[in-house]
Amino acid sequence: MSKRIGMEVAIAAAEAVALCRIDVAAVYPITPSTHIAEHLSDIVSNGELDAEFMTVESEHSAMSAIIGASTAGARAFTATGSQGLMYMHEMLPVASAMRLPVVMAIGNRAVSGPLNILNDHGDIMMERDAGWISLFAQNGQEVIDMIIQAFKIAEHRDVMLPVNVSIDGFILTHMVEAMEMPDQEEVDRFLPPFKPFETLHPDQPVSMGAFAGNDIYTEISKSKDMALVNSKKTILQVWKEWKKQFGRSYEPIESYKTDNAEILILTMGSMSETAEIAIDSLRAKGMPVGLLKLKLWRPFPYDELKKAVKGVKVLAVIDRAISYGGSGGPVCGEIRSALYDERNRPAIVNYIIGLGGRDVTPEDFMMIAKAASQAEKKAPKDRYVIYGVRE
Amino acid sequence: MKKAKQIKDLVTDFDLYAPKLVEKEEYFVSGHRACQGCGEALAVRLMTKALGRNAVITCATGCMEIISSNYPFTAWKNPWVHVAFPNAASVGSGVEAGLKTLRRKGRIPDRRVKVVSMGGDGGTADIGLQALSGAMERGHDMLYVCFDNEAYMNTGIQRSSATPFGASTTTAPAGKTSFGNRRWKKNMPEIMAAHGIPYVATASHSYPLDFMNKVKKAVNIEGPCYIHCYSACPTGWRSASNATVKLGRLVVETGMFPLYEIEDGIYKMTVDPPTKRRPIEDYLKLQGRFRHLTPDQIKYIQERVDVEFDKLMKKINKN
Ligand SMILES: Cc1ncc(C[n+]2csc(CCOP(=O)(O)OP(=O)(O)O)c2C)c(N)n1
Ligand code: SF4
Ligand SMILES: [Mg+2]
Repeated sequence: MSKRIGMEVAIAAAEAVALCRIDVAAVYPITPSTHIAEHLSDIVSNGELDAEFMTVESEHSAMSAIIGASTAGARAFTATGSQGLMYMHEMLPVASAMRLPVVMAIGNRAVSGPLNILNDHGDIMMERDAGWISLFAQNGQEVIDMIIQAFKIAEHRDVMLPVNVSIDGFILTHMVEAMEMPDQEEVDRFLPPFKPFETLHPDQPVSMGAFAGNDIYTEISKSKDMALVNSKKTILQVWKEWKKQFGRSYEPIESYKTDNAEILILTMGSMSETAEIAIDSLRAKGMPVGLLKLKLWRPFPYDELKKAVKGVKVLAVIDRAISYGGSGGPVCGEIRSALYDERNRPAIVNYIIGLGGRDVTPEDFMMIAKAASQAEKKAPKDRYVIYGVRE
Repeated sequence: MKKAKQIKDLVTDFDLYAPKLVEKEEYFVSGHRACQGCGEALAVRLMTKALGRNAVITCATGCMEIISSNYPFTAWKNPWVHVAFPNAASVGSGVEAGLKTLRRKGRIPDRRVKVVSMGGDGGTADIGLQALSGAMERGHDMLYVCFDNEAYMNTGIQRSSATPFGASTTTAPAGKTSFGNRRWKKNMPEIMAAHGIPYVATASHSYPLDFMNKVKKAVNIEGPCYIHCYSACPTGWRSASNATVKLGRLVVETGMFPLYEIEDGIYKMTVDPPTKRRPIEDYLKLQGRFRHLTPDQIKYIQERVDVEFDKLMKKINKN
């Protein structure tokens, strides 16, 4: 039986990882993900989980070590964010190319410089093209759920890809929330033991991580892309099973009050809940505005997006990161290109907010909704707006 | 006295006879793409013979990875994985942790499998030093072998921190105002010994039994071990491809690369250099990378070699 708990989300994340009966964790401390590692080490030290807890000397080694553990056939996990995530950058595309189903929790934090330990999505956006499945949690409950789902998705034979779960630093990691924690029996029922495809063992020697020349690199890259694109099927299936067993539903893009909406705001992560408050109050005033919450960042849910914006006049995409000198927000750049071929696409506006821990309030979304409502008649003069800049 | 002589004769005979005892089975097989006379490939082959079947190998990017694993081919009969350049040790530590848990949980057969990580001098002394230090410090049951050909060969003979003083490389070339590499070779075995690990050794492909015995010893020790293996590189050193074994002998006979081991902190010479060591010039002159050196420069290097050798002998004689 699931248990109602009130707990810091990072602690709950570690509890969820333990429920997945991981074999190896390799972590390096970085705020705001550290509590996940600390609590996991408590669980292992107390003998509640039989696993190797590796205190490696860097995030590069953390990722390398869980890659190694996974090639040996172990279920492996790490947690990091920001500088740590970038420090392991070199290893991320290798993990996906080697089709190793490791799982990583990311306590999202702004990247240096200047150094800033607070939340935005600049870190994960830099790893966008690493070939990982990328999920975004909007609250503590989703953190627990997505971590458990992540292992099942990653290890599914049709997928065999690493998965990361983005958890907004501080806003989620350090909040005490009311959540439901599944019990061990329930998780065991949902998540079967890891059956690796090939392992490094003398009883059946294999070579892994061979180098590939121009005669085969393209084919390998295509197969990785196909695996990622096709993983959506399994993700949807796993979410269906989750709903059946735990009653909570997940979708690549979740809609909130979108019926008859003319204006939609699209958000990711914890700001989705803040935006809901704004939507409630604008709806109460009769404004036809709704919310799309993007939960599945990779593979990108093109079909779901197209369906979600049908008939909508303006789509305001909220980014919590900048693509410097590029299209503005990385999410919006993607969405613009996704909708370009649509005959009746909405006007698209892009707001970049909440950088380096700058507060995002319901009032901000109300302002944005109002500004966006003008965009249908008159295209905004800028491709993107960095919102709330003090000048 | 008589007994000592008997044992000595026995040892001499044994050295003639012993190669016949070496594992016939090949685990690093022919068909790989190493250059003719590659000392590193020879050393790797000897290492795998000493390891036998029951080992898992993690390999850094570098010559040995590139020449052995052109997809879909492989030269490896041991389970083998390459992940990247800087992290053979951290990948190895993860494999070790994985195997350990899975064994404890009964998911793999209940027997010890040795994890061996390997890298070139660049992958060990430079970009991989942090990962190696971490893995050794954490006390994993693994062996790390550095195959030292004294430069980044895979990328075209750039200097590393293990390049010897005075060697000409593509990033420390000898020229009108330069005599090549200006820094003394980093002392990796000492750095590893400072980690307080149970076993550190130097080795060479030109002393195959010594090398293989060290590998076997390291495999039997539970805990982190480190072997630093001299590996001649005819392509990078501009030496004749049939001089590889000879160079490996000369480097020991000149005292430039002594073969010793440090077991639980105790130093021991495993191959005694001749009482009168050969001048380093005998070694240097066979290699194009040292061709530009003047007699003064050679003398300067000789002095340093003597000092370093004496330093080592003091540690050895202490025991
Ligand atoms: C992070 C990173 N930097 C640089 C390289 C390029 N690179 C590949 S192998 C290599 C040199 C390898 O030298 P060493 O470790 O001494 O091995 P060798 O080839 O000499 O056996 C370099 C610089 C790389 N693959 N990865
Ligand atoms: S360059 Fe040197 S180390 Fe590399 S394969 Fe050729 S001989 Fe061997
Ligand atoms: Mg080298």
